Order: sequence, then structure tokens, then C-alpha cells
Amino acid sequence: MIINHPLLGPRDRQEFTYLGDACLIDRPGWQAEDAMDQFFEYVYLRDDPAGEHRELWYHEHGDRSWLVVTRNTVTHEITNVELASDVARKQGRSK
Amino acid sequence: MTQSNRLNGGLINRGKPLNFNFDGRTYQGYEGDTLASALMANGVRFLGRSFKYHRPRGIFTAGSEEPNALVELRSGARQEPNTRATVAELYEGLVACSQNYKGSLRYDLLALNDLFSDILSAGFYYKTFMWPAAFWEKVYEPIIRSAAGLGRLSGEDDPDEYEKGFLHCDLLVIGGGPAGLMAALTAGRAGANVILADEDCRFGGRLNVEQEDVDGKPAVEWVEQAVAELTAMDNVRLMPRSTAMGAFDHGIYGVVERVQDHLHTPVEGKPRQTLWRVYSKRAILCAGATERPIVFPDNDRPGVMLAGSMRAYANRWAATPARMVAVFTNNDDGHRTAVDLMAKGVDVTAIVDARLDAPTLTGVRLISGAHVIGTKGRHGLSSIRVRQADGREETLACGALGVSGGWNPNVHLTCHQGGRPVWNESIAAFVPGQNIPVGMSVAGAAKGLFSTEDALRSGAEEALAALEILGIAASALKLPRAVNSAYNLQPLYHVPHGKGRAWLDLQNDVTVKDVKLAHQENYRSVEHLKRYTTLGMGTDQGKTANVNALAIMAELTGKSIPETGTTIFRPPYTPVTLGTIGGRTVGKHFHPTRETPTDKWAREHNAPFDIAGDWMRARWFPQPGETHWRQSADREACNVRKNVGICDVTTLGKIDVQGADAASFLNRVYANGFAKLAVGKVRYGIMLREDGACYDDGTAARLAEEHFVITTTTANAGAVLRNMEFARQCLWPDMDVQLISTTEAWAQYAIAGPKSRELLQRIVDSEFDISNEAFPFMACGSVTLCGGLRARLFRISFSGELAYELAVPTRYGDALWRRMLELGRGLGVAPYGLEALDIMRIEKGHPTGRELDGRATALMLGMGRMVSRKKDSIGSTLDQREGLTDPNGLRLVGLKPVNQSEVITAGSQLVNETAPVQIDSEQGHVTSACISPHLGHSIGMAYLKGGDQRMGEIIRVVDPVRGTDVKVQVISTHFFDPEGGRLRA
Repeated sequence: MIINHPLLGPRDRQEFTYLGDACLIDRPGWQAEDAMDQFFEYVYLRDDPAGEHRELWYHEHGDRSWLVVTRNTVTHEITNVELASDVARKQGRSK
Repeated sequence: MTQSNRLNGGLINRGKPLNFNFDGRTYQGYEGDTLASALMANGVRFLGRSFKYHRPRGIFTAGSEEPNALVELRSGARQEPNTRATVAELYEGLVACSQNYKGSLRYDLLALNDLFSDILSAGFYYKTFMWPAAFWEKVYEPIIRSAAGLGRLSGEDDPDEYEKGFLHCDLLVIGGGPAGLMAALTAGRAGANVILADEDCRFGGRLNVEQEDVDGKPAVEWVEQAVAELTAMDNVRLMPRSTAMGAFDHGIYGVVERVQDHLHTPVEGKPRQTLWRVYSKRAILCAGATERPIVFPDNDRPGVMLAGSMRAYANRWAATPARMVAVFTNNDDGHRTAVDLMAKGVDVTAIVDARLDAPTLTGVRLISGAHVIGTKGRHGLSSIRVRQADGREETLACGALGVSGGWNPNVHLTCHQGGRPVWNESIAAFVPGQNIPVGMSVAGAAKGLFSTEDALRSGAEEALAALEILGIAASALKLPRAVNSAYNLQPLYHVPHGKGRAWLDLQNDVTVKDVKLAHQENYRSVEHLKRYTTLGMGTDQGKTANVNALAIMAELTGKSIPETGTTIFRPPYTPVTLGTIGGRTVGKHFHPTRETPTDKWAREHNAPFDIAGDWMRARWFPQPGETHWRQSADREACNVRKNVGICDVTTLGKIDVQGADAASFLNRVYANGFAKLAVGKVRYGIMLREDGACYDDGTAARLAEEHFVITTTTANAGAVLRNMEFARQCLWPDMDVQLISTTEAWAQYAIAGPKSRELLQRIVDSEFDISNEAFPFMACGSVTLCGGLRARLFRISFSGELAYELAVPTRYGDALWRRMLELGRGLGVAPYGLEALDIMRIEKGHPTGRELDGRATALMLGMGRMVSRKKDSIGSTLDQREGLTDPNGLRLVGLKPVNQSEVITAGSQLVNETAPVQIDSEQGHVTSACISPHLGHSIGMAYLKGGDQRMGEIIRVVDPVRGTDVKVQVISTHFFDPEGGRLRA
């Protein structure tokens, strides 16, 4: 499989480590009323779609950037690759 | 022995005769022969015994789809079982043996299995071997194991090397027959980067085995010219002996190149085989087609083979399976076998054609509307029984029968990503479906275009289409004139008459009776049929069996073939050896070896090593006279507590953390607080997973306001960095903090013991005050050593003694180590290894990976209060889950034996004092244990239910596997110097 790194171009999948659903970027706030429930969902519950999936890959044998890859879990077609930090900022994450 | 079945002509080189040995007898063949063709020419028909019934078997095909002629090729360390004789290129001195018999091939004791065929039918093992239960382990399993499989391994190490390579191309052409050659020529002339791969040793495909002309000359000549042109093109890479065995994601193909299989002795320094990873922009599958037989009773005798293969032997290898042959066919293509064999002087007794309206042929008897319904001849065909449409039967003598039931396009690679082929009624075969791998197209016989003319045109067309997609300008080639032979197939999968078993899958010994049994027992879907009968599960993936089997199932269920469907294929297309998949990463190269800065010194001193996180770490440093490891380890540990010891701790992960937000960032990734750590101080920290488990511990040293160096355990260094980068980039992307691994940049040594400060004072330059007041416990800072060498000093202690860790750039590591040993001589300095390190840390109750086992929480470790509730940090929320805060949960405790001469073993279970040794008595387990030289008895660290409330209680440590049972007392884990006075000296 080839992942088209936004800065480095196409790289073989062997350079990366897979983590999981990009929903892991949306870490709950620790002071929320129902923080325990939210963290439980965050850590344990997933949609696991057959189809388009936004997921986190770490370029461990490259530049150590985290990427959000949009990949179809059935056909393995990759339609988008973004720097995870860009995605995180767009989702309102900051400090 | 002369080659009695040798014919004239062929593509063999009679100028190069070759001697070879099969089953202990020597024969002669020629360069260009395969082992199968040479055996055939020598009249050898009986090559092996079948898998289950041990029936005599011979050569069935002329290619890689061969189910029967599996031999043990070579002897000694290079012996390889289950090698298809049909693709083994002959070389001088080749040695091979037949397989799967007890006694001799001719008189196989296990041939008795055939008599029990009724009991051994499909799925028999689901219904037997169950009673009596005790027989399974001692009787049934050993017998089944020794009967299972076909060939044997040598048991010796593989002496050859295997390589992995990477290739990039615009166009990968898979298969070098007429379609593939035209595709490669079209794309090559357009200037595209082309790879043309074929599993055979020569390009040409069926053009090498048919008597036909292309462009007015013999097909073989046209092939030679095409190959010559391709060879001359710099932009074309020709790869013969290379099987494209798998179609992987994104245009990546696995191609196995058999670099030296065809040589008697592989040349040293070159690989035996290479596994190529080919990155293609486009690919064209020109894999051709494989013939299928018609199924009839007793159709598995040596001498019964595919008709197309029979004429391949005659035309390319100048060999005939017998001097008197017959043909059984349901299509026009089968007639070509009769024509070609007669042209070479072989008698064809008849063509048995199932079609009532079969065309006649001059010079040979045609029996139309007829079936072969039986055969005779145990070790080789002697006659066939023929039944005509009106019921008349006759017996015809012949030594070989060429059977043609039709041709199946080789769609395999189109299925490798889950695509399903579709049934094409007009050729009664499966062709590639819509859902094939991205970037792939199919040409020629592989998509159901069987004539040479069609294959040539199709290859050119697909190449032009691919070039257009690639944006490469190309012009159409003038197509060579070629035959457009008729097919006229009338489907017949199996004959309805005759007595006896009829074989479908020759390799796995699956018969029509088995398919009927599967149907009867309701395993009717093709996927169930396959698994229940094992049809198609052999090394040939059922290439000559699948379609006939599902056609029979379709008949039984009353469905059409498209409704019945077909199983699909996975890589590899043909078997790939594990050596090829392993490549260079075998033996000690399976993991990289990481050497510490003191590695050389340690080897000079005969230290034994342990491997942790791929690092080689010395376990102890033996002195002359020491024979048992505890003599060395105890001496080293005692020397640390008495004088001073030095230990290489370079392997622990080191991560450099810098930025305006470095402290706040560390505050988020450690469970305890770091925001207010003063410059020049070190603090112990624990890191949790988001689910609350504690997965690593280490120290963080603040060298400056915006500069920290943290340590991790050796094994988790990579994981900690990965998690910290995740937090930095994905969770808090606006924090001003950067990370980098510095594990390999700094050599780091522990210097521990009452005289450690004295030793340091001999190395650290005098302008640095390292007195207890100026450099107290948990201080850190930059210093210089030995007249200006920059270093970092940390006053931390794993041993519990007055101790430091000293870091210098790695390239000075070896020299510093030797200098310390020299300068510390009068102080009794000695190195210590992993064992002494472990003894001392257990004496102090410090956790390591044995306690941080992936399930441990901070509370279990006795560090519950270290998880700050005043800030957010990874894992701090779920750490508070009720399931993890149960007061009766496991807690880390210390254990000492009541009888001080008894030994506690790590891994043992804990039970209450009078409880029976059984699963519901479980109270916890021992994580670490040692015999403490300082305390004079065994001690252990353990997780015990509610352990923090059971101090002083007597319980038992039991190991049912080793049969030990020791009474112990629950005590604090701080076995040695519990007040910690020695640390602060």
C-alpha cells in the first residue's frame, strides 16, 4: 500500500505504524460532567465502517509526523492524506 | 537406457546431453528438458503416489498447474519437497525422488488406503478419531502426523541466500505469450518503462508448444525476434523465470524471480531467488489459460493427461508419453493433439469426441458422440473403455490419453483483492469480472480470447489503452498474421456412465463421490464444498479441478453455473518458499542488533549477553574462578553497596524535550506533576495509557527553563516517543514543544555505591561542585570531564545507593568507561551487569517491566497518589474507574519466606495459608524474585488481592507446574534500607 505523504510524496506503507480511527483526535475534556462516560467511549467504542474511514498513521520510519488518511476499508483506495496537526487545528484543538 | 519415447524436433538442445538421477536410476535428457519431459522421453510414467489413497500417479500437465508429478528435488540441505517436475529445468547431475510411499514407490505399503476409500471419503476426520478419547494423543495423532503431507524436508539449514528488491515501472506485463509480447512491444516502442515477466525460462507461452505460424514464419521464430527487439530496448526489463505471484494494493505486485534454481550448484554471493516488490502505474495480465479435463471413472492413471499438455511435450520437448495414444475431447482444440502427435510418428488409436457433430480428421479414427467411461492399467494406462451414444462399448488399447474439457482463463490475479470472475456462456468458462485490481487490465486468453490472432490483437489494444491513461504517445503496431483456430466447445464436465471413482482434484484425492457426499450433507455452497472436501486447497489451488467440481455441484443443486458461483484465489499464484519471503532477515538478522558503547569491553571480558529491545546487554562480568552466575552477580551487587560499581544504562530511552511549553507538555503526558519542577532537578514519573494502565516509568530532568531530558524503559522507548508525538501533534498542536530521541546520541552510565562521589570527583572537572550540598539527591546539570569533555550528570539511583548517572556523547563512551575503571581502582570500582542491577532494584522494591505488565495501574503499584487530580493528563480520568479502584484489587507487596532457606520463584501463584491449590484459590502472583546477598534469603515482589491491608499475613507461594509450595510473609517492598538514608548520603 502506498500513502501519499503531503510533504514527502508517495511512501510505502512499511514506513508507517497504524493507530486507528481519527476520532482519537477528539479527546474529551477532563472536567466535563460526564467525563468518565466520554472517556470510556473515546477509548473503547468505534464505528468500524466497511467503506470510507479516516484513520491515524504515524510515519515512524520517516519524519515522525502523524497523518490522517482517508481510506476505504473495503477497496483500500486512499482518497486523502493530511497532516494530523492540521486536522487537529481545524477541529479546534490548540493547547 | 535409451530415450525410447523421444521424438524429433522440439526446442531441446541435442548438442548438450545431461545425466540425471530419479529414484536411484540414471537417465539422460537434453538441455531444454524439464525433469518431467526427460522422464517421459525415457519411458518413465509412474512418478509418485497420491495424497490420500496412495494411487499410482504420473505426469498430468506441462506447466505450473501440475497436481500429480510432485517430487523431492535435490538432496542434502537443498532438498525441496513437492516440487513440480513439470517446471524443474533439467541440469547435469540433477537428483530427484518420488514421494509419499512407505516401502518403495512400486510396492507402497500405504496403497492399502485405497481399499478403505469408502471410509476415507471427504470429511471422514470429522466423523472419526473420537473414541476412545485417550487414543487421540498416543495413537491417532502420531499416525496422522506421519501419514500427512507428501514430501519431506531435509531438516538442515538452507545454505542459500535470498534477496528482496524494488522495481518501478510504467507498465508491468504479466505473462510473455502472444498477448504479453505484443503488449510489451507496443509499450516498449512508445518509450514507456516496461517490465515483462514470465514464469517460464523462455518467453513465448503457447507459441512455444503449438505447430503454427505467426507472420508467415514458425511461431518460435517470431517469438525470438520479438524477444531480441525487447532485449535491445533500454526501457524494457525482461524477467524470465519470474512469477508475478500476487496483486497487492495500489499497483504493487510481488514477483518471485528464480535466479539460480536451474543450476546444479547456485553461485555463492548471488541470491537463489529474489522477491521483487514491483510498483507499477499500470499492469496487463496476459497469463493465458489452463486446460481442464473431462471427468470419468478411473481417470487418474499414469498416462491420462491434458490434451494440450500432451502436444506440448511432443512439440516443445520432443517427448511422447506412449507410442500409442488416444484423445478424449469436447472441443476442436483437442483434435490438434492428434494432428501434432501423428505428425511426429506417434500412433493415435482414436479421437473420442463427446460431440455428435464432431468434425472428422484424415488419418485418424473419430468416434463422435462418445465418452471414455473407464480405464485399465495399475502402474500406467493400458486401455480405455469407450461408450458410444447408442450404448455400444469397446476397449481401445493405448498407453496415454489426452483429455480436453475446455480451457479456463487464468483469472487468478484479478481475484487477489476480492474481485469475483463471471461466467461466460459462449466459452463455458469464468473470465475476469468488473471488480479487478485498480490499474490492471487483462488481455488474450486470460480474458477468454483463445486464438493466437485474438491474443496478439488484444495485447496490443490493452497496451495502447494503458499508454493513453499514462499520457504516453503511442502508435498501433502492425499486427502479425496468425491463426484463428476454432473452438466449438460443447460443455461436458463429467460423464454419466461407467463404474468406479472419478477424480476431480488429483492432488488432494477428491472425487465426484466426495462432491455428492458434500451435497448430501448440505455443504452445498462452493465455499463449503471446497472446505469440506478440500478440493482446490492443494498447492495447485485446484487449477485443473475447480470448474468441473462446481459444475457438478450446480447439476446436483439444479442451479446454473453462474448461480452456483466460484471460489476465488489468494496470493501466491504458485507456491513461494519461506526462504524467499524471509530474504535477508533470517537467523540473527531477523532483528537488528544494537550494541552499547561498552559492548567491545564487555566481550573482551567474556560477559554473557541478554537481548532487550534488540540491545545486547551484559548480564554479569565473570572473574577467574567463578563458575556459577550467582557468584558473579552477588559479588557485583555487594561491591556496589560496599564500594562503587558502574553499569551501562545507555539502552534506556532518552527523549529531548524543548520549547516554551515543554513543562506544561510533560505535565500532560506524565500522571504526576512536572510543571513546577525546578531547573537543575530530576523527578521520577509514571506514564499511563488513556485507559488508566501504567505502561512506562522513568525520570525527567530539567536542564533549563525550556529544556528537559526524559528517560523511558529500554523496551518502551519507541512507544513512548510515538505516544508523545501523538499528544503533541494531534491533541495539543499549538503547544510550543519539540521532541527528539537521543537514546543513541549519549552513552550513559550508572555510577553507584558509597564511593561513587569519590570516583566522580576524579573525573568531573574541579570547577563543578558535586558535594552533597551543591548537588543533592535528584539534582542534575551539565558538567565537563577529564579536562573539558562535555557531559551531563544526574543524581538518581535505581540501586538505592548513593548514585549518579553520567552521560557523554556516544563516541566517547568506550574511552570514558575504561578511564573510570582505571581511575577508580583504589576505590574498588567494578562493573556490574543486568543480574546485579535486578537484584538491587528488587531489594529496593523498584518496579520494572515485570510489574508494568500492561494491566498494572498506579494504585496497584502503590503509586495511586502520584496520579494528580489537579490537572489533565493522559489516563488520569479512566484511572478512576470503579473497576480499577476496588480496595480488594491487586496491590504490589513484598514477600519473604518463613523458612529462610526456601526460595520464591517469579511467576508463581499466591494462595491463602490453608487454601487448596486450585484456580479459585488464586490471590495473585509473584512478579519478580531473587536471592538477596544482602539479606541472605529469597525475596519476591508480588501482586496480592488487597495486599496493602494484609501486611504481616502468612500466605503461600505455589507453582503447580514445578511442584513448589512455600510459606511466605507479606511485607513492604522496601526490603533494604527502607528509610532511604543511603541515597541521600
